Amino acid sequence: MVMGDLVREVDVVVLGGGPGGYSAAFRCAELGLEPVVVDAGGRLGGACLFEGCIPSKALLHAAHLIGEVERARELGIEFGEPRISLDPLRKWKADRVVGKLARGLTAVARGKKVEVVSGRGVFAGAREVRVEGDAPQTIRFAHAVVATGSVPRPLAGVATPGDRVMDSTAALEVPDVPERLLVIGGGYIGLELGQVYAALGSRVTMVELTDGLLPGVDRELVQPLGRRVERLFAAIHLGTRVTALRETDGAVEASLEGRALETFDRVLVAVGRRPVSEGLGLETTRARVDARGIIEVDAQCRTADPRVLAVGDVTGEPMLAHRAMRQGKVAAEVIAGRPAAFDNVAVPAVVFTDPEIAWCGLAEAAARAAGHEVKVTRFAWAASGRAATLGRADGLTKLVADAATGRILGVGLVGPNAGELVAEAALAVENALTAEDVAATIHAHPTLSEGFMEAAEALLG
Amino acid sequence: MPREFRLPDLGEGLTEAEVVEVLVREGDVIAEDAPLLEVETDKAKVEIPSPMGGRVEKIHVAPGQTVQVGAVLVTFADAAAGAAPRPAARAAAPAPAAAARVPAAPAPPAPARAAGPPPATPSTRRLARELGVDLAAVAGSGPGGRITDEDVRAHGGGGRAAAAPAAPAARTAPAPASPGGPAKPLAAVGLTPPALPRFEQWGPVERVPLSHLRRTIAERMALSASLVPHVTHFDRADITELEAIVRGGFEAARERGIYLTLTSFLLKAVATALGRHPHFNASLDPGAGELILKRYVHLGVAVATERGLIVPVLRDVDGKSVLEIARELAALAQRVRDGKATLEDLRGGTFTLTNIGALGGTGAIPIINYPEVAILAVARGRLEPTVRDGQVVPRLLLPLSLTFDHRVADGADGARFAADIVGLLENPGRLLLGL
Repeated sequence: MVMGDLVREVDVVVLGGGPGGYSAAFRCAELGLEPVVVDAGGRLGGACLFEGCIPSKALLHAAHLIGEVERARELGIEFGEPRISLDPLRKWKADRVVGKLARGLTAVARGKKVEVVSGRGVFAGAREVRVEGDAPQTIRFAHAVVATGSVPRPLAGVATPGDRVMDSTAALEVPDVPERLLVIGGGYIGLELGQVYAALGSRVTMVELTDGLLPGVDRELVQPLGRRVERLFAAIHLGTRVTALRETDGAVEASLEGRALETFDRVLVAVGRRPVSEGLGLETTRARVDARGIIEVDAQCRTADPRVLAVGDVTGEPMLAHRAMRQGKVAAEVIAGRPAAFDNVAVPAVVFTDPEIAWCGLAEAAARAAGHEVKVTRFAWAASGRAATLGRADGLTKLVADAATGRILGVGLVGPNAGELVAEAALAVENALTAEDVAATIHAHPTLSEGFMEAAEALLG
Repeated sequence: MPREFRLPDLGEGLTEAEVVEVLVREGDVIAEDAPLLEVETDKAKVEIPSPMGGRVEKIHVAPGQTVQVGAVLVTFADAAAGAAPRPAARAAAPAPAAAARVPAAPAPPAPARAAGPPPATPSTRRLARELGVDLAAVAGSGPGGRITDEDVRAHGGGGRAAAAPAAPAARTAPAPASPGGPAKPLAAVGLTPPALPRFEQWGPVERVPLSHLRRTIAERMALSASLVPHVTHFDRADITELEAIVRGGFEAARERGIYLTLTSFLLKAVATALGRHPHFNASLDPGAGELILKRYVHLGVAVATERGLIVPVLRDVDGKSVLEIARELAALAQRVRDGKATLEDLRGGTFTLTNIGALGGTGAIPIINYPEVAILAVARGRLEPTVRDGQVVPRLLLPLSLTFDHRVADGADGARFAADIVGLLENPGRLLLGL
């Protein structure tokens, strides 16, 4: 052993301090186990807090304010043109939002006596993790939870030179407001950040490889968002591939398949995320990693190695923080010998655009594919009193139920606050409620939540 | 029209099997009765022959996979499309009888519910995990078929014991000795284990999944031990003379390729005694409140294998000579150790013998091989000082124990049955004559 090499023993070592990792560590501590979190940044929060969900929502709030100010004109309220100062915006995002939440997590960790070690954790067999970094040490564990998350996926086959081509992490820093921004990828990250930059004043061009925005999401829900971004963005090119990017003199030239060369001030690459499973020494354990880099786990979040569990993005889709948090808690309970399982039926998904899109459970097509005889009902928010008072009539609540039993299998929402409304839908789907259960539950009037009740009533006929 | 071959009913309450090997490939043209795949059930590796000829269009299972009875194993191409033999000649139906219904209606798996997770709240699902209840097998009584906590508890507690419905139709003649009044079901038995402590707090632990065989043994032993009130009677048999016969006949038997053992004589003695004590060659039907007396004597013999305990069954032992028993037993044990036993080798037993003598010990109390009602254990025979005609003489004494279901027989019955076995072992002449 090298002098100064510290060896310690813990019940559970957690690799990665993101939502999956800290949820696992906190739950372990609550169950009387001693956990240690090893995080490259030496902090809790992960990509979600520092370069994902939270900063993007902070910026989207700013974009929302700008959008509301524009809408206010219809109501006879004029604020004039917004003047945007990036420094205060960035400072607000970094200190008042991200910083505040990070300090909160640190305080919770201290309260639960969860230690965070700074460094990169690498397995040396299924009993030890070596921590590489400022304070190298070896941690012997009874169990390990891999929660190393994901990083933005680079653009395949296209060189991305210079810092004018950004990934989502860089874009969230808002280095400037480029006059012309090319967003590559029409998924939720591209749409959210595209709307932020459009609201801040960029002329946004979006290019998407498939023939529709938000691939895989119910077209009916995407439509109102599609109409909105068509007005908001300078151009949207569907079914189009980016073949080359070249940095030229303070700008980027982009070759889009079948189109003339176009010049942009910045480019955002948002073509998905990939799991971080390389370089972790997983090959020294029995855990199995598939060709896409996803660690294979069972319903107990166990890998093929009985000592190693994995949660969150590194275990594959859907790569969502709330799924990781639930998995983290399950993993902790499994380690503590409790009969836990990640058997959730509804993992809600939210696209925080304007309008918001959210869904949970089975979409209509998936429900049919699963062998259900389905009944689908819709409630258009044009008939909602609350939507009218908000000046928004473009929303829709869509309910998918089993025709025989009336059990709610899935819910889709589009419209302002869809991300909040989906919570009730998830409760219904997860608990196997029937349309009658929902229809007979009083929903406050006038609220957007009434749409769910209305759709359920429509199903009862 | 493509034809599907589903895992046939394997009988004996077997509901699933593990695929060990797939013996054909997609695209192969095979004949009826050709080996399709090898599965490991309850206790045996079984080769499943193809119930039909034709071209294998799709294989739906892979080695290592556990499949339920009724699950599609292989799809055959349209009879016309493949170079298949005629579908007519299916005169001698191959072993898995259920496979005979070839093309028509796909057998639906248990509850008629659409795919996807069973409808239950997260807390109910947690309860099911605690009680080890498979929610997919539970019918929901709540709105929209939602499975309630009560449904789970009802399924977990005694559901299995109570499941066997009474079928009062075909039952053979002589009624048990003690009738009187109409038959009534017995109360169901069911226990759910409490949650385990967190062993990690005392040191590292490792979780190792049970093998198919281990799980089966665990389930059946737990069922028997919790369902059956066991009682054990001990005795010893003076086998000095019998031992001399075994030793004396050993060489001669070996020349005829027969490995003569004490076990063969024990089986003969048990079979003979069972003829006089039919209560021990029976099964209790708690649902009907009746004792089912079996008019055949098929004896299970516990065999220790590398994979675990297996109990192959020797048929119609009462009608066989000791030499026949010895020869069949040797062949049966070999099949079991080679993993080649067929399902027929492993089921239908009426009584079990376990001989732990090879491993030493002075006695053991085994668990009854449910739904049999008794089991005989013999330990190692030892020379012991014995008083005979006022003289202390060394005699070879064999310790044995009879464990039986107290619902079916009382201590005195057990003592008499055991004494009969002892008497036969001590008088080899009577034993060989079957008296």
